[in-house]
Amino acid sequence: MSAAARPADRLSGALWIAGGLVFGFIYLPLVVVIVYAFHDSPIIAWPLRFGTLKWFGTLAHDRGMLEAALASLKLALLAVAIALAVGVPGAFVLDRHEFPGKTAFRRLVLLPLILPGIITGVALLTFFSFAGLSLSSGFPLVPGWPVVLGHAAALTSVVITQVFARLQRLDRAQEEASQDLYANEWQTFRYVTFPSIRTAVLGAGLLVFTLSLDEIAVTFFLIGRQNTLPLQIWGLLRRGITPEVNAAATVIFVISVAVIVVWARLMREDQRT
Amino acid sequence: MSVTERPTLLDRIRARPALRTAVAAAVPVGFVTMLLFVPYVLLLVHSFWRLRGGAITHELTLENYARLFGTELYPGTILFSAGIALRVTLFSLLLAYPLAYLLAFKVKRHKHLMYMAVIIPLWVSYLVRAYAWKIILGQSGILNGLLQSVGLIDEPLTFLLYSRWAVILALTHIYTPFTLMPIYAVLEAIPPALKEASQDLYATRWQTFRRIILPLSLPGVLAGSTFAFVLSMGDFLAPQLLGGNDSALMVSNLVWSLFGVAYNWPLGAAVSVIVLLLTLFLLWLANRVETAMNYAGEPGQAPARSAGGMVGAARGGVVT
Amino acid sequence: MDTPIPPPPILELRHLSKRFGEFAAVDDLSLEVAAGEFLTLLGASGSGKTTTLRMIAGFERPTEGEILMAGAPISALPPFKRDINTVFQHYALFPHMSVRENVAYGLRMRRVPSAERAEQVSRALEMVKLEQLGGRAPRQLSGGQQQRVALARALVNRPRVLLLDEPLGALDLKLRKEMQLELKHLQTHLGITFVYVTHDQEEALTMSDRIVLMRQGRIAQLGTPRELYDRPASRYVADFIGETNLLPGVVAESGHGVATLRLGDTTLRGVTEAVLAPGSEAWLTVRPEAIQLTDGTRAPAGQNLVTGIVSDAVYAGSALRMHVALPGGQRLVANVPSGTSVAIGAPVSLTWPVEHGRCVGD
Repeated sequence: MSAAARPADRLSGALWIAGGLVFGFIYLPLVVVIVYAFHDSPIIAWPLRFGTLKWFGTLAHDRGMLEAALASLKLALLAVAIALAVGVPGAFVLDRHEFPGKTAFRRLVLLPLILPGIITGVALLTFFSFAGLSLSSGFPLVPGWPVVLGHAAALTSVVITQVFARLQRLDRAQEEASQDLYANEWQTFRYVTFPSIRTAVLGAGLLVFTLSLDEIAVTFFLIGRQNTLPLQIWGLLRRGITPEVNAAATVIFVISVAVIVVWARLMREDQRT
Repeated sequence: MSVTERPTLLDRIRARPALRTAVAAAVPVGFVTMLLFVPYVLLLVHSFWRLRGGAITHELTLENYARLFGTELYPGTILFSAGIALRVTLFSLLLAYPLAYLLAFKVKRHKHLMYMAVIIPLWVSYLVRAYAWKIILGQSGILNGLLQSVGLIDEPLTFLLYSRWAVILALTHIYTPFTLMPIYAVLEAIPPALKEASQDLYATRWQTFRRIILPLSLPGVLAGSTFAFVLSMGDFLAPQLLGGNDSALMVSNLVWSLFGVAYNWPLGAAVSVIVLLLTLFLLWLANRVETAMNYAGEPGQAPARSAGGMVGAARGGVVT
Repeated sequence: MDTPIPPPPILELRHLSKRFGEFAAVDDLSLEVAAGEFLTLLGASGSGKTTTLRMIAGFERPTEGEILMAGAPISALPPFKRDINTVFQHYALFPHMSVRENVAYGLRMRRVPSAERAEQVSRALEMVKLEQLGGRAPRQLSGGQQQRVALARALVNRPRVLLLDEPLGALDLKLRKEMQLELKHLQTHLGITFVYVTHDQEEALTMSDRIVLMRQGRIAQLGTPRELYDRPASRYVADFIGETNLLPGVVAESGHGVATLRLGDTTLRGVTEAVLAPGSEAWLTVRPEAIQLTDGTRAPAGQNLVTGIVSDAVYAGSALRMHVALPGGQRLVANVPSGTSVAIGAPVSLTWPVEHGRCVGD
């Protein structure tokens, strides 16, 4: 081995170690939470006494948690539906039409993603308060219309961003060919355009779902009587930590990871077409 | 197929581009206007209203801003938040860059898989990630327990939790993947031929890094820093969970309490407006710097090439 | 004997214009397309040929003017209500559908029942010789095969007019020449009106019944290939079509179909259809194959003669292309028999019959 190779190898080695440490840093806290969900003691401390499922049991019997989880689910599904219904046309409008105020619209749409969630949350609060819409309106069918609309408003941006990126890569000639072959606009969208953007739309929907489940800042100000899951957990945290929270966190984590992994695969497939 | 069909009403709409645009844009633009534009404007308006006796009156006044700039608490908190954000950004960069470099240049197999593994935590429960540090750093938490059982310390360390360092640590943990994303993208986009050319021209690895790779990666570094700074400055959860009552009050917590416990919406609105303007300013600044750094072959394919666009795109899930 | 009344044109463009802001891509274009003809829109990029085609198809809305099909106006109709189909430049096949599904698409949109659909699709694929590949996905096919699928997909609908937007551009030379012949045969056999867009003048000359040469949104000349080749109306047309020599000069006199040009010290005559004002700028165009070597320095009757120095002699298989520099600085290219002995730098005299040269304005 020549003298020139050795410092390079050492550098490489150092790089691998550094990278590994950072990777560990990113994952360690998550691992800790999950592992301690199985910790056999009401106090979360060292040493770890691994091997019990009782906290999951507590979780399953916690009425408040379950209702909060249901509320979160309803909220997320509604948010996805509205965000897609508004965001997909929004992406098309940005991609294909010119209109006065288009730049402003584009920037406005990005704001909820860039700004601290709190600001969007209080802005929406002032809006609903001014409009006189009660935070609990629609309860118990929905957790509250303001919070549903609030999530949808904040997360529409996600849909627009993703679908727009995909539209930019679409071959417009195919849509012209479809119309040339006697398909009207709706048929063209259904048979030619949508199959091409399907993964992006699906992916956006999944992402909105996950983000809505985890949403706190906007939700906090718009929630009515019924808590969502993150807010319920938040409430528990203020009273002191119990391993039940770990169990809840683990459940959320696992679901999120599952959804995000599916999303990532969709994105991968999307890139290939 | 008859060619002598008469144009229908729908055809008349199709024939006029302005009308077509109006129909297509009605729902999205209408929704966004009602539920984003109006609320933000209303927030702005609130910042000019007067709070009198616990109720919000609709009189216009500048007293909220006067109070904001006059009282030490508010500018102080903003500066404090900026300071935290700066430290978070620096640490994130120090952590993200080596890992990004490793992924881009040293990992041969399953590169995309590894990249995804690093990125995925970004969208996986922010609450869990912040909360995790609470149980790690607490007085009876895991780290203390570990250190005690090993014998390194006798008493639990109290400064770990409920301090600004806990906040910085947690925020760094949360935003490092964010910082990594654009750096990785830029490094990936550097044609290998450039590295080879440099070495062909007698440059050592370190020189190649310093003179070729590092400068070319600066747009990514800038983008990543912008993400980390803007997002961590406005962060709400980490300071709330880990900051303790007074030691790490950040600007979002301020807004939170003004709209909540302290019930001073106009003042809260004023603070929000300032934060909004600050964020927009920072993004504009980042844009300027990026323009000045204009290298050919920018790989960012975010819809808007503005810094805001990139941040939005990243949070909106445009991953590659 | 009565002259039979010609059938009404299948397509008529009346004063068609398309403007993008200040820029006129198509400028007051009027044209009639006869049923069953192979009409080519020929021109350089930016000449407006593709824009015109897209207006006929319905993808662009005319700023002014009207398009009529069999006498009925169609400008207000969207593409899917027109009895016209298009073969796109890059084929625009639907990637998520098989070849068969692609070809069946138009029939499906028009609710042709599935049994009949399947049969028509099969026949269309046979017509383009792709019967075996019905189940494949577009990305599994070669460029030439994809092009045929695009053709079948359009033709299966039996449109009254088929539009083709430079469909052979992406194919290699040999394949392109084969496809040119195939397309021409197909068109004759099916009797469908083809409107074909290309920038390749050789292609246009080979395939077309009539050519519309376009320049900056207007028609430079409309005629059969022979008319454009033998009787170009302007310098632009002469230069665009085929290979030709262009000698600039000043009109000395013009009348009775013949014009005299002065080029420096030389006087040349050529036929002309236009009225050329004495003193104006004009060009004499003469094809290389019309020029011959001669001895002597005096023009024989009915012929033009120039003298010059040989600057180059390029062997081109069937002929020898001789480049000659004229005293005024112009150059002439003459095609002479391959065996001719030629010395570079030697003086030569070239001659051609007056009627083989045309005088044209810009």
